[in-house]
Amino acid sequence: MFRRILKSVREFKLPTYLTFICMVFEAGIECVIPFITAELINKIRSGAVLGDVIVTGLILAGMAMVSLLCGWLGGICCAKASSGFSRNLRSDLFSKIQNFSFESVDKFSSASLVTRLTTDIQNVGMAYMMVIRTAIRSPLMFVFAIIMAYTMGGALSMTFVVVIPVLIFGLLIIARFAMPAFHRVFRKYDKLNESIEENVRGMRVVKGFSREEYEKRKFEKASEDIRKDFVKAEKIVAMNNPLMQICMNFNMVFVLLVGSKMIIGSGAADLDVGHMSSMLTYGVQILMSLIMLSMIYVMLTISMESFRRIDEVLREEPILVNPENPVFEVADGSVDFDGVSFKYFSEAKKAALDGIDIHIPSGATVGILGGTGSSKSTLVQLIPRLYDVTEGSVRVGGRDVREYDLDTLRSSVSMVLQKNMLFSGTIAENLRWGNPDATDEEIEQACELAQASEFVHSFPQGYDTYIEQGGTNVSGGQKQRLCIARALLKRPKVLILDDSTSAVDTRTDALIREGFKKFIPETTKIIIAQRVASVQDADIIIVMDGGRIAAVGTHEELLEKSDIYREVFEQQVSGKEDR
Amino acid sequence: MAEEKKNTLNEASVAGAAPSEPQRRGKPRMDFKVLGRVFKMLVGFYPKLVPITAFCIIFSSVCAVMPAVFQQKTIAKISDVLKEEVAASVGLEPDAEAEAQAKGEEFISQKLDLENYWEEEKHDIINLVAVLIAFYVLSILSSTLYRLLIAEITQGFLCKTRQHMFDKMQNLPVKFFDTKKHGDIMSVYTNDIDTLRELVSQAFPQMLTSGIIVIGVFAVMLWYSVWLALVVILGVMAMMLVSKKLGGGSAKYFTRQQKAVGKTEGFIQEMMNGQRVIKVFTHEKKCIDDFNEINNALFEDSYKAHAYANTLGPVIMNIGNLLYVIIATVGGALLLAKVPNPSVQNLVNGLGLGVLTIDIVVPFLNMTKQFTGNVNQLAQQVNIIAMASAGAKRVFELMDAEPEVDDGYVTLVNAEIDGNGNITESEKRTGRWAWKHPHKEDGTVTYTELRGDVRMTNVDFSYVEDKPVLHDISVYAEPGQKVAFVGATGAGKTTITNLINRYYDIADGKIRYDGINVNKIKKSDLRRSLGIVLQDTNLFTGTVMENIRYGRLDATDEDCMQAAELAGAADFISRLPDGYNTELSNNGANLSQGQRQLIAIARCAVADPPVMILDEATSSIDTRTEAIVQRGMDKLMEGRTTFVIAHRLSTVRNSDVIMVLDHRHIIERGSHEKLIAERGTYYRLYTGAFELE
Repeated sequence: MFRRILKSVREFKLPTYLTFICMVFEAGIECVIPFITAELINKIRSGAVLGDVIVTGLILAGMAMVSLLCGWLGGICCAKASSGFSRNLRSDLFSKIQNFSFESVDKFSSASLVTRLTTDIQNVGMAYMMVIRTAIRSPLMFVFAIIMAYTMGGALSMTFVVVIPVLIFGLLIIARFAMPAFHRVFRKYDKLNESIEENVRGMRVVKGFSREEYEKRKFEKASEDIRKDFVKAEKIVAMNNPLMQICMNFNMVFVLLVGSKMIIGSGAADLDVGHMSSMLTYGVQILMSLIMLSMIYVMLTISMESFRRIDEVLREEPILVNPENPVFEVADGSVDFDGVSFKYFSEAKKAALDGIDIHIPSGATVGILGGTGSSKSTLVQLIPRLYDVTEGSVRVGGRDVREYDLDTLRSSVSMVLQKNMLFSGTIAENLRWGNPDATDEEIEQACELAQASEFVHSFPQGYDTYIEQGGTNVSGGQKQRLCIARALLKRPKVLILDDSTSAVDTRTDALIREGFKKFIPETTKIIIAQRVASVQDADIIIVMDGGRIAAVGTHEELLEKSDIYREVFEQQVSGKEDR
Repeated sequence: MAEEKKNTLNEASVAGAAPSEPQRRGKPRMDFKVLGRVFKMLVGFYPKLVPITAFCIIFSSVCAVMPAVFQQKTIAKISDVLKEEVAASVGLEPDAEAEAQAKGEEFISQKLDLENYWEEEKHDIINLVAVLIAFYVLSILSSTLYRLLIAEITQGFLCKTRQHMFDKMQNLPVKFFDTKKHGDIMSVYTNDIDTLRELVSQAFPQMLTSGIIVIGVFAVMLWYSVWLALVVILGVMAMMLVSKKLGGGSAKYFTRQQKAVGKTEGFIQEMMNGQRVIKVFTHEKKCIDDFNEINNALFEDSYKAHAYANTLGPVIMNIGNLLYVIIATVGGALLLAKVPNPSVQNLVNGLGLGVLTIDIVVPFLNMTKQFTGNVNQLAQQVNIIAMASAGAKRVFELMDAEPEVDDGYVTLVNAEIDGNGNITESEKRTGRWAWKHPHKEDGTVTYTELRGDVRMTNVDFSYVEDKPVLHDISVYAEPGQKVAFVGATGAGKTTITNLINRYYDIADGKIRYDGINVNKIKKSDLRRSLGIVLQDTNLFTGTVMENIRYGRLDATDEDCMQAAELAGAADFISRLPDGYNTELSNNGANLSQGQRQLIAIARCAVADPPVMILDEATSSIDTRTEAIVQRGMDKLMEGRTTFVIAHRLSTVRNSDVIMVLDHRHIIERGSHEKLIAERGTYYRLYTGAFELE
């Protein structure tokens, strides 16, 4: 898992290694400084000449400067390495998602993909920064300090044999208890925030039912519940403090007692006062580096979840892949379904589509009708190979869709999705998604055909009108027509409209269909609709029910033989008898 | 590193809510009025615990300083003994140490009875160490105690603050939520509360501890040597300067980084939502290129922000190291040059100036470390406090926001009505209601039966001044009538319903409910009498059953199921994995929009309100299902006054009155047949010659 994620470091390996080097120097110097300081103190104590003292002082100052430089450089390199790593990882993840099939997008859901690309990457970046800075530095400090303590203190360093295991053991135990406690708290905390958000969003409902007091009580309970858990968790962590103090103080007492015996008992031969002071400093350093390590451990475990979630995306195998020798040419717009059945998940009990056989000649207009959940959308999504069939085959232009190059296929099969959207940018920019090289005339033509040109011209800035994120500044009907124009610009061989004119009034809807007939007669048009009026003049009408084809035929034929069709027709037409 | 992460979060909230001020300044400023209020609240919540904790903190910080003194005493003692040894062994004056040290080798060969010295001095040293241990124990006990207390106080404070905020929020008018970004409100509950957590759990105790230590240590420094104390002060000033410079840079870039993060997140959000469109248009490549551009910009800013932040620590620490070295050198130099040493100690003891001795320089070194360390701590707290004061300001803003005014005194009661039309109040749910109208002047109470007669006369309304949304609107709904509103988006249909249940108050005109001015009716009772189903369905986390029961809390399971049956929701609910016990989360993300609407209708049905408002309640239900729902809805609307806003005209056809709204005015009104006959706007809409939305 880590290896896969760390692949994204790439060109930032150098700053990463530089950070390591800087940290090695910084840690080394930091360990030597107390040693030399001890020398300095001894020199002063023994009344050395002024010059000598100043020379040692200068050496020390120089070392502090080098250490400063290393720390500074290390900080910069580390910032570069971690920011760069985050950038690469974000870019890799984004590219990976771009190559996802619809199935994978369904599996992850767009909201969770957003979290993975933002919060999770931020967490991983932070963890990386911490690890390259501290995870090298702290163990190094630890080792350096132990070596120095041993060389200076000799037998005195035996204190660490006792203190270190105690500290490690204690820290581990605390971490072991604290971590699940915090996990629980954070999960509850998320839930609490969710419920606040629900209230903020649904305030009309709360007030509409006069549920203010009820919500207050509910919140009070939840909030109190969290408080209890939080206090419990924090109290566990608060135990770090006495543990640390006990270890440090034990170290101090031991060094002072045994040290003084050694000094006095040997006439300062085995140990001198300066060295004993340094021993105390090293003791602090050793214990501090252990505490840092335990913090890293905790942080890493917290960010582990983010690592895992990113890895899940990176690991996702592309389900739809180009064939080995892809076909780059779609002959015509004929579409055939041969014994197609389809399941969204292989373990799904019920097939979304079952036993579908349809043969659509190139240039035909096909209407598809059916209630919610009758798998109309699923059916047409197989044509541009947004999903692969489970059984049978789908052919476009006489060839199985799995033989085509994906881009070729999707450029020839243009689809206006039910849940459509425009992107922030001008209208022209949005339309050019269909064809980046489209001329202004072509755009105008497409809009004409989609009945969009009139309202676009009514905007003061025409095609340069800026569409807000989510397309909130155009009406639903306008948005749908722009999406149709965008799809038309692809000059597709097959055009699929998945309930794409639901917000367009019936007259305009009819005009759009007329235009299709007149101007793009050779394009196969497949139209999913709720209104019978939208499909009744199609060459073939397919009535779907529960993932199967209930009936196929023309309007007149279906009125006769399909109960469902007749029912829908009568219901919709009877409502408008005055027409 | 955890600090840095928090910093970015805090910066985000700072930048998000009040973009102009903090960005120019680079750093949020401290606001003592706000901090004072926080402190007052804290003491108010815990009048006993706060002083106890403060005492523990002070006690433990004093205990933390003391060991250093005794440690020094022990070391000094050892040195003294050593001097004696040396003097005894070679017979030299004790102060001629240098030579003695040089001859150190000798006294081992001489095998003096060194053990004796240890035996003699053992007592003193052990005594000193025993005092030391006593202080340690006290310090550990008091600091552990205060940490436990702080955990208690902090979480209690946050819990109460959160509850307080939520309580206040529930009483805010709908307008507040319509005009504020939901993300901003949420950020108060998450980011801003988090700054308060750091303030109470970290900054306050640390300020106290470090403040005491800094003052104490500085006093001791002056006690020993003014010169050296001055050197330390100079060093600390240098530290402050650097930290201000680097800290400012990092704050500047963190704000920029936060902006870049916002931009990147916006892009990601849009692209992830449009993932299907991207694939259908094989737009992946272009999309990746666009993303990389934004991503690179983010990298640049984040790199700089972190570069500044990362260097701050090591630079400060090494300045500390330098200062340490400088003190050692200067101390040594002063010592050797026998420069006069002004000190408080000598002044008090009347010893004149005196000179520096080794016993001063060595402890001074440790004090320097302690001093710089704690000054650094204080500096860091300043940042946290500044962040917290900005956060607290927003918390108070939410708490102090003007609550919904409710002067209503007419209440809704269950009523029993006898044959003569006499109304008596009832404890039980009788299925009939009455308005209880107390008259202030003579103290009498009159009851008016709730019939569902709603009249709006000459109503004007605007959300923002000078931008009227409704003008001169008059609508009469007689009991049991179905009134429909039709019109383009923005024509003001939803606004009318907002006024009936007083989410907003009208600017001019009158709204009467059963002859009573709605302003006189208590808001919660008014709303209780009005069932509402909105276009944007909001469900709550919980089971389907709980969501339906939201309409009437004392409804039994059977009531809820019946309501679901009526709304046409029972069928799909029974097919959910756990039926009525299926957990919904995230606003019912696992349901389709149509299914959510069905649950919302059931929720309204269980409330069984005399008057209903259906705002695009069936817009996302397909026509076949709608036919089923329609039957339920028709039953639901029977005998109730209902206001309907619908996009699909088939839904409004059988209304008693249809109002066509256009540009703030009602332009047509009448029954379906009448309006069709008039061949006006409604006719054109209905025949599809006109586009709705």
